[in-house]
Amino acid sequence: MATDRSKLAFWLLLAPCLIWLVTLIILPHVGMFLVSLREKVGVREYETSFANYAVFLNEPLYWNTFARTAYMSIAATVLTLFIGFPISYYIAKLTRGRTKTTLFLMCLIPFWVSELVRTFGWMILLRETGVFSNVLQYLGLAAGPVEMLYNDAAIMTGLVYTSMLFMVVPLVTALDSLDDSLIEAGYDLGASGFAILREIIIPHAMPGIVSGCIVVFMLSLGNYLTPILLGGKDSLWFTGLIYSQFITRFNWELGSAFGFLLLGLSSFIVFVGLKLTGQSLGKTMAQS
Amino acid sequence: MLTDVPDLQCRSISKSFADFNAVKDVSFDVPQGTFFSILGPSGCGKTTLLRMIAGFQKPTSGDLLIKGKSVIDVPPNKRPVSMVFQHLALFPMMNIGTNVGFGLRQRGVNRSDIEKQVKRVLERVGLAGVAERPISSLSGGQKQRVAIARCMVLEPDVLLLDEPLGALDLKLREHMKIELKQLQSEFNTTFVYITHDQSEALVMSDKIAVMNNGEFEQTGTAKELYYEPKTAFVAGFVGEANRFAATIKSKSADALEMATAQGQVLHGTDAVGGLKVGDTVNVFVRPEAVRLSRKAEGVSGLSNAGQGKVENVLFNGANSQLILRDELTGAEMSVALPQTGEFRDLSRGNLIHFGWEYLQTRVYTATGGPHGH
Repeated sequence: MATDRSKLAFWLLLAPCLIWLVTLIILPHVGMFLVSLREKVGVREYETSFANYAVFLNEPLYWNTFARTAYMSIAATVLTLFIGFPISYYIAKLTRGRTKTTLFLMCLIPFWVSELVRTFGWMILLRETGVFSNVLQYLGLAAGPVEMLYNDAAIMTGLVYTSMLFMVVPLVTALDSLDDSLIEAGYDLGASGFAILREIIIPHAMPGIVSGCIVVFMLSLGNYLTPILLGGKDSLWFTGLIYSQFITRFNWELGSAFGFLLLGLSSFIVFVGLKLTGQSLGKTMAQS
Repeated sequence: MLTDVPDLQCRSISKSFADFNAVKDVSFDVPQGTFFSILGPSGCGKTTLLRMIAGFQKPTSGDLLIKGKSVIDVPPNKRPVSMVFQHLALFPMMNIGTNVGFGLRQRGVNRSDIEKQVKRVLERVGLAGVAERPISSLSGGQKQRVAIARCMVLEPDVLLLDEPLGALDLKLREHMKIELKQLQSEFNTTFVYITHDQSEALVMSDKIAVMNNGEFEQTGTAKELYYEPKTAFVAGFVGEANRFAATIKSKSADALEMATAQGQVLHGTDAVGGLKVGDTVNVFVRPEAVRLSRKAEGVSGLSNAGQGKVENVLFNGANSQLILRDELTGAEMSVALPQTGEFRDLSRGNLIHFGWEYLQTRVYTATGGPHGH
């Protein structure tokens, strides 16, 4: 009797999670996968084939954009890590109490406004008639207006800015759990600052680094707003292609195929990243 | 002679933080091969002192010499001292061998030499053949030994130990005390050990400094501290003691006669010298100095005597104690229970005579501030 009731409680508690998984994640993906395998042969006539995937392979623009999105996202992830690590180390190890909370909050505050507004903020700074351009002209460092938008650097800036919090949070958590006496012990045994970073701090923070990198990479790869707004027409971001297939071209079949290619790409790169760093998904996700 | 230079010399070391002085003008020498303990209650500044010797904190004033050379401006990773941390601080991301070899790797010793030296030092601490195992596979006592091995492989001039036994359970702690002492004499390295546990200090040390409120109260061998404490704090902190507050009534060549507020008359000896009639004093008597007797005649020859009621018998094998309440004054006393079996049947409510010699009653001035605990 008691076991029946606890079984019921177990299923009831699990139900929201199951419903969410099945209806919002699994079903749409199955549906999309089926759509991606359809080839339009006539009006309302479809055949099952890999034709949509073949289109991707035969059109250099598509797989160039695909590759570009991948390496730009990897670059954004690495850059975010390099900027986020010292920040996280400072927050986790060199500050206490109030300062720590304040700094942490300052990382969070930009996320109180929507991504769209944040990106427009960057546009105000970077555009031809924007703040930076005017300051440069005022200081006499530039003769005329400088356009800083619509290039890869602008995209990179936007991506790093958008992802920073998602790198800092798991890193601070990981570094917080590092006992100060381990660092002191390292010094005591004659290690230089760099050796301590390499042999003690980074190995300890590895699960945090990997989980932060996974999240930032996924966010960058799947980002649509930032590359489109800051990169303009030349942004060539794969999500832009998916959008135009679905919305502009009404080619849901090709759009779905692109969606699945992107899913495959991100899974593959995360897998390679985990293998290279010797981490497991379970370990890194438990961290964050 | 060069060999006469002490391994560690502290000269007037002080450390002040924004609102208080953690260490006040501490000076001491530790000769080569000595097991030197700094004993004090928590918050007395002993950890700060140790961290200054290790180099993690910079003294506000004073000088530190290791083998005669000032190291005050030497950063911790260049100082010829090593430290065993309170929670050992073994690196969990490395196996035992890489932990022990860490310091050698930093020195740029080549791989095969590191392997040899790690093997040798692990053998010396009785952990041969564990180099490949992870830290988590070790027991508390073994971790302790790995932590010591990790320091000793660097052959430091001074090994600092920050209460490393604190985290161990009682039985293991007793065992590790002996083992630490053995390791120290085997390596013949100077150990500076800080602890708040007097029995650790008493058992292991060649010399002990008792620290309180940022100052050294007394430095001496375990026996000196125990039998001839120079201050009331040391008398109260090292070993057990019964304490009475009293006023001096009269004074003879070597004895003092005092009375407590309850009217109990005590006879004692001036521990430091310079006490006058009328001074308020603290009187210390060790529980084992008190003799028990069932008959009044048994203690009548002693300079302090009384009769008390047994309040409690704290049975703890060889360290059993009686808590007595003086019939006359109501003062509480703890008395070590003799192990002859004579008082085995004593229980709560029994009456018993007790007494002790004035020579085992040490008297200190009470005006020196709020000493003791």
